[in-house]
Amino acid sequence: MNFFGFGSGAEVEILLDGADKRKTVEHRVSDTRLQELHVYYDGESVSGAVNVGLKPGGRLEHKGIKIELIGQIDILYNRSYQDEFTSLTKQLTPAGILTQSKMFSFDFPNVEKSFESYFGCNVRLRYYLRVTVVRRLTDLVKELEFVVHTLSSYPENSSSLKMEVGIEDCLHIEFEYNKQRYHLKDAIIGKIYFLLVRVKIKHMELQILKRETTGLAQSAFHDEDTIAKFEIMDGAPVKGESIPIRLFLSAYDLTPTMRDINKKFSVRYYLNLVLIDEEERRYFKQQEIVLWRKGDFQMNSKARSFEEATKRFEKVSA
Amino acid sequence: MNGDLVTKRLDAPHQDLSDAYSCPANFLEIEVANPITHGIGQTGRYTDYEVIVKTNLPVFKLKESSVRRRYSEFEWLVDELERDSKIVVPSLPGKALKEQLPFFGRKKGIFDEQFIEDRRKALEIFINKVAGHPLAQNERCLHMFLQEKSIDKSYVPGKVRNT
Repeated sequence: MNFFGFGSGAEVEILLDGADKRKTVEHRVSDTRLQELHVYYDGESVSGAVNVGLKPGGRLEHKGIKIELIGQIDILYNRSYQDEFTSLTKQLTPAGILTQSKMFSFDFPNVEKSFESYFGCNVRLRYYLRVTVVRRLTDLVKELEFVVHTLSSYPENSSSLKMEVGIEDCLHIEFEYNKQRYHLKDAIIGKIYFLLVRVKIKHMELQILKRETTGLAQSAFHDEDTIAKFEIMDGAPVKGESIPIRLFLSAYDLTPTMRDINKKFSVRYYLNLVLIDEEERRYFKQQEIVLWRKGDFQMNSKARSFEEATKRFEKVSA
Repeated sequence: MNGDLVTKRLDAPHQDLSDAYSCPANFLEIEVANPITHGIGQTGRYTDYEVIVKTNLPVFKLKESSVRRRYSEFEWLVDELERDSKIVVPSLPGKALKEQLPFFGRKKGIFDEQFIEDRRKALEIFINKVAGHPLAQNERCLHMFLQEKSIDKSYVPGKVRNT
């Protein structure tokens, strides 16, 4: 805040250690804006420096300068509120007077960051550093957001998802998807095998649905979004016909599956197979798939050791 | 680097040639044709249509059938399906009350050729939509409408099981 003739004319800047070597991603920060932010992983230290810049001859009288690392969930529907699930504070300097620019270093060692950053429709989860210069009238506040990615690791040969579904005596299909868990740059390889076709199918498509659930069981609010729609068959199949599926996930804006994050929200993904007949009737089968984030191959050895530390092995639910 | 990204198609059972080239199992065609106006004079006149079914679906008892039905019997079918089945029943062409008044509508009212032809086409679209619905195919009223000589309005509504 730099009002002419007012205040101290001080500018606060937050710098992260190793910023030039750290991975960045384009992350949505508002409905209209994407921003390039640095990526941190669970267990990593967050360190850097705070630069309080004064104009030459300037003077800043303050009651203390502190830095906070905050992880919070913003719920945006009903009675919107914020839930700070992580809050760490470091006092940079006690009350005093600055007569020239000064740099304060900070270090939050081995910070637990169990949840991934998420920008959704009714709920947002974000992490940020906040520097507060406490003053008599108004505080000077500066924030710097960063992104947290949660990495997982699953054995390569996971079992396929195969199921026979249909309407008795009318339409029987067997669908198979090569995995139940896919990482974000994976490909869905599958097939649809027709066992009985007594309806007049016009075409078939595969959709990826994202369902964001906010709130507790009773007052849960669902937001469903069709991320992708892919026609996999045009025309009428007959018995014995097999239709292949190949869908590359890297083409879509997906996040890992998030289950009951801090008991506040979930983000789940479903494959929706839809058959449409001549009279525009729709026959569909939805199947949940678990999406997970795989660590980069290009990571250096230090980052790889962080990946080892954040491996999560989740139990398979029947 | 992407060696683990296997995009090879999944194995699929080979399709039997007789399955591939035989008549499809979903054959169902219904024609609404040959409108005939019965009766003479001012009262008691009505038009009925021939409803011809050709199918190979096992749920229909007769693979070919032909019955005569009038508009009020189509209305009966709509009422039965709306009550008993969970489907959203498509709409019938209009009841044409306006056409039956002396000064409105066409020259011969509901016995005008163009009116009958428009109605015939719409009834054909209607019955094909309904008969192709897997849930409607389970209703006794639909089978009675399509394949029995006359509709017994005191029938016992119920479901048809595919044996």
